[in-house]
Amino acid sequence: MAAVIAPVDRILPTSEARDLLALAAELADRELATRAPAAEASGTFPREVFDLLGQAGLLALPYPEAVGGGGQPYEVYLQVLEELAARWLTVPLGISVHVLSCFPVIAWGSEEQQERWLPQMLGGTTIGAYCLSEPHCGSDAAALTTRAERDGGVYRVTGTKAWITHAGVADFYNLLVRTGGRGAQGITCLLAPSGTPGLSVAAPEQKMGMSASPTAQVLLDGAEVDAADRIGAEGDGFRIAMQALDAGRLGIAACAVGLARGALDAAVAYARERQAFGQPIVGFQGLQFMLADMDTRIHAARALLLDAARRKDAGLPFSIAAARAKLFATDMAMSVTTDAVQVLGGAGYTTDFPVERYMREAKVLQIVEGTNQIQRVVIGRALATG
Amino acid sequence: MREVDSETMKIVVCVKQVPDSWAEKTLRPSDNTLDRESVDAVMNELDEYAVEEALRLQEAQGGEVVVLSMGPSQATDTIRKALSMGADAGVHVVDDGLHGSDAVATSLALAKAIEAQGADLVIFGSESTDARMSVVPAMVAERLGLPQLTFSSSVAVDGGTVRTNRVTEYGYDVVEAPLPALVSVVEKINEPRYPSFKGIMAAKKKPVQTLGLADLGVAAGEVGLGAAWSVVAEAAARPPKAKGTIVADDGSGGVAIADYLSAQKFI
Repeated sequence: MAAVIAPVDRILPTSEARDLLALAAELADRELATRAPAAEASGTFPREVFDLLGQAGLLALPYPEAVGGGGQPYEVYLQVLEELAARWLTVPLGISVHVLSCFPVIAWGSEEQQERWLPQMLGGTTIGAYCLSEPHCGSDAAALTTRAERDGGVYRVTGTKAWITHAGVADFYNLLVRTGGRGAQGITCLLAPSGTPGLSVAAPEQKMGMSASPTAQVLLDGAEVDAADRIGAEGDGFRIAMQALDAGRLGIAACAVGLARGALDAAVAYARERQAFGQPIVGFQGLQFMLADMDTRIHAARALLLDAARRKDAGLPFSIAAARAKLFATDMAMSVTTDAVQVLGGAGYTTDFPVERYMREAKVLQIVEGTNQIQRVVIGRALATG
Repeated sequence: MREVDSETMKIVVCVKQVPDSWAEKTLRPSDNTLDRESVDAVMNELDEYAVEEALRLQEAQGGEVVVLSMGPSQATDTIRKALSMGADAGVHVVDDGLHGSDAVATSLALAKAIEAQGADLVIFGSESTDARMSVVPAMVAERLGLPQLTFSSSVAVDGGTVRTNRVTEYGYDVVEAPLPALVSVVEKINEPRYPSFKGIMAAKKKPVQTLGLADLGVAAGEVGLGAAWSVVAEAAARPPKAKGTIVADDGSGGVAIADYLSAQKFI
């Protein structure tokens, strides 16, 4: 089997991390790269790929072994996501969302909730969805209006969640809802299995990319959620959501590094083959400089990402570092994928080559898990307040 | 014939680390042997099928799967991959004196190592993607005095007997032999599993025995480049592909193509 993407020379902490990265690359070459073009063209969610990755143990890597996870540091988990993203963004983005969706139970769930939920969540057979945004509130998450009323042993939830990755294919939904008054203090986190009465999913959004990854509104019409599935106390929801997003941002940054790497690889391969003025175009210094800048920025983004990951792994504060990594890596991916189209010229603008798809896919990374403007707010506020 | 208790059956799978089959391969200028250090190394693809078949036989009826590889120190990666797929233990035959061994010498070292293991069933992939000779399984069987059931597209063990479908040009033969025996498999036989992360973690704790020539009782003069029956005298890079011939069809295109094919002795 051909290595579809040139390997990266990594410094990894353990021999099992090395074997894990080799497994990720092999799975990505054989199972992701081969499926991506057709699935993106037809908008088909690759559930069978998630099942395969679940069997291989790749859907729960960063969580403790004691609760069924892989016990891997973020430093390693994120590089696995990068390997996958270099072949097919839909899959590692989905893993990142799934890992994000498991976070509330792992960090805030009671022992009883962990025993009940984690075996299925981390067992590799289910995927999650994370429902924070609403049609009129994305960045301003504290303004969400989906209402949950306590009624005996249940919460009745009414409202609309928007831009939900895996809506309709997820097995469980984290719902950030309002149980109290206005503002961040009134928000609570609930966990609802798919099939919850009153929970339904709208038609998927028609997007400019990532067509194989369904995004849709989740409609809550008096949806009945067992009060035993409230994660944390009433009013803890906003803090849970923000903590989850810090880690989620690292996942998006890793996806961006991988996507850009896939684009650079395609650009280099084309430039070595394509002849103009009697020689391969890669021989022209103007083009070499472009490739050199792409390569350098990918490495810079990876370094920033791994620095943030190692801070998290060491138990140090990492919110600002995660915001920097997400901001830089996703802006980088937009620029590198755009340049990759330029390297391929007219061919790059056609669907005969994957780079136009990479360019469309890169755009969403500047928007999700906090727009890049929000990342700048996070970084800028820290500078302003010291 | 030896009665084999299937629950204690010992299967030895021979695996080889090879350069990634799509990689540009070069010879070392010093001795015209394959440069194994400059390319990515992977488990020979057909050997993955051999490991898979061993694991399936073990899952069906118990026993032990030992993976055996002869190769330089980095071949431990290939042994570890087989262990992470599920094999129980590894044996690594590694010795500087083995460098440049031909198929005859390789079969000697492998036979000695298998003999020491006391295998009931030996499984090989039917060829390696680097040497592509397909002779080592037969040579090992001959050295060990074992029946050889090569090019198998299915393997079944029943008591003290192994039965395979042996792929031929016209279909397959059903062949049967008493255990112990040696089998080589083709890619039709199964779909190899991927290692899992759990398997990777478990592999770290599995025993891997390292054996040199002295441990095997093989004399240095019997193996290595010096003992090879043939040597590569010189080598040249493959010439670049010539430009294809373009026939402009002015009505006589068909004739021109037929003339071309005839000149190339295709028709």
